[in-house]
Amino acid sequence: MRYSAASLLKQALGGQRKWPPFVAPVELKSSYDIIIVGAGGHGLATAHYLAENHGIKDVLVLDSGWIGGGNTARNTTIVRSDYLLPASFALKHFALQLWAKLSQDLNFNLMYSPRGYIDLAHSDGELEHFMVRANAMRLGGAEVSMLDCSEIADRVPGIDLDRNARFPISGALFQPEGGVVRHDAVAWGFARSASAHGIDVQQNCAVTGLRVEANRIVGVTTPRGDIGADKVLICAAGASARLARTAGFRLPMEPINVQAFVTEPVKPLLDSVVNYNAGLSYLSQSDKGELVLGGATDGYMSQARRGSFARIEDTLARALQIFPFLSQLRLLRHWSGTADIPMDGNAIIGATPVDDLFINCGWGYAGFKATPAVGWAMAQYLASGTVPMLLQPFSLERFASGALIDDAGIGPYPWRH
Amino acid sequence: MLLIPCPHCGERDESEFDYGGRAVALPELDAAPGEWHQALHLGNDNEDCVDEYWYHYAGCECWIRLRRNLSSHDFIDADHSSSEVTN
Repeated sequence: MRYSAASLLKQALGGQRKWPPFVAPVELKSSYDIIIVGAGGHGLATAHYLAENHGIKDVLVLDSGWIGGGNTARNTTIVRSDYLLPASFALKHFALQLWAKLSQDLNFNLMYSPRGYIDLAHSDGELEHFMVRANAMRLGGAEVSMLDCSEIADRVPGIDLDRNARFPISGALFQPEGGVVRHDAVAWGFARSASAHGIDVQQNCAVTGLRVEANRIVGVTTPRGDIGADKVLICAAGASARLARTAGFRLPMEPINVQAFVTEPVKPLLDSVVNYNAGLSYLSQSDKGELVLGGATDGYMSQARRGSFARIEDTLARALQIFPFLSQLRLLRHWSGTADIPMDGNAIIGATPVDDLFINCGWGYAGFKATPAVGWAMAQYLASGTVPMLLQPFSLERFASGALIDDAGIGPYPWRH
Repeated sequence: MLLIPCPHCGERDESEFDYGGRAVALPELDAAPGEWHQALHLGNDNEDCVDEYWYHYAGCECWIRLRRNLSSHDFIDADHSSSEVTN
């Protein structure tokens, strides 16, 4: 059903009782052209673009949980493309262009709000580094500018610009197209569109193993039986490494815990996204008035899905350094989950050592913003068999060849990325 | 929140430690690139328990090696019989 003013009126007259489910019930078939393991944003976006751009509809998307129950709907909703390295920038900037019209494309309100992204610098050296990044972004076609402290004060009332602060703010990089997107709507919107195209989206059905014969993928194993496939895409974030092991290969990444926080709602006071770099803390205000906060990873390997109190304290202390008034607010909700962080901190996308088995994982805590671009390019790859330019740098093979994409120049220490 | 059993100082809060990551044996400096790739990138075979290094900067100032379950955060063999300590 297409959502419109007319459909709203019609359903209102019917007492709102006749809305169809946004994902159609599924009769699992014995085999599919393509199986996508993981119904997060990336998996569902791939399914949507397979149907929309390439007419491929014999596709099954499987998830162990429910739609909107994973990292896609638990992140801090920020979208931006302020990356220095060309490969990182190109993918995220293409995503920004898609975010801008995605609500119309999906006929689903994703509440994309390009409210501006402000990345704070704390020294002259850092400011110079930000200028290099801004210039690289301009070369790639992005709109970006540098703000001095008086311009920051105009845009962000309440920010502490005291020169005597522990980490005084010396300026900022500003990307006006950056902003927020309602994250659970992204999962729902892509799922609804994929389902409307005739793609099977099956929730609560975990893939427990990958079936490989003569180094070629032949299907997946689930509690509801084996399902055959010509091609399989692993799109399972924190569970990707475990799945890869069932197909006989290892992935160069480690599981690290990440946390996010939401305060009680207050009146509108922040109409941009602010990122604090003296120790990581980033925040924005939701339409409901809650302040949404995130920080760095917990800093060591974990599969526990429960956060370290030390990181909560650290993230909130940094947030207080930006906005002292936050000390009066209480936290309303808190989430923690497993991020899959590769050895160079960047995603792994493309072919695997097993024929016709593909992978898109290793997004760590930075994957939400890239969702539509990765779905678009991965669908093109699955349909054509040729790796799109956008994805080529992110191959699994880069770890063996040494062509790493280490945005921060950190090295093979996933807990520091 | 981890309580890390330091062999010198007893159980201490994680905020007293720096993390050193997985304890992997590194190859010789002139080893083939493939060996380094294996050690640096694929040391993680994603088992449930890992050997890790921690640096107790706010205590004994030693690097210690401990085995931990990644899901329960339990330190295994925490009686230190197998923990390796270097200054």
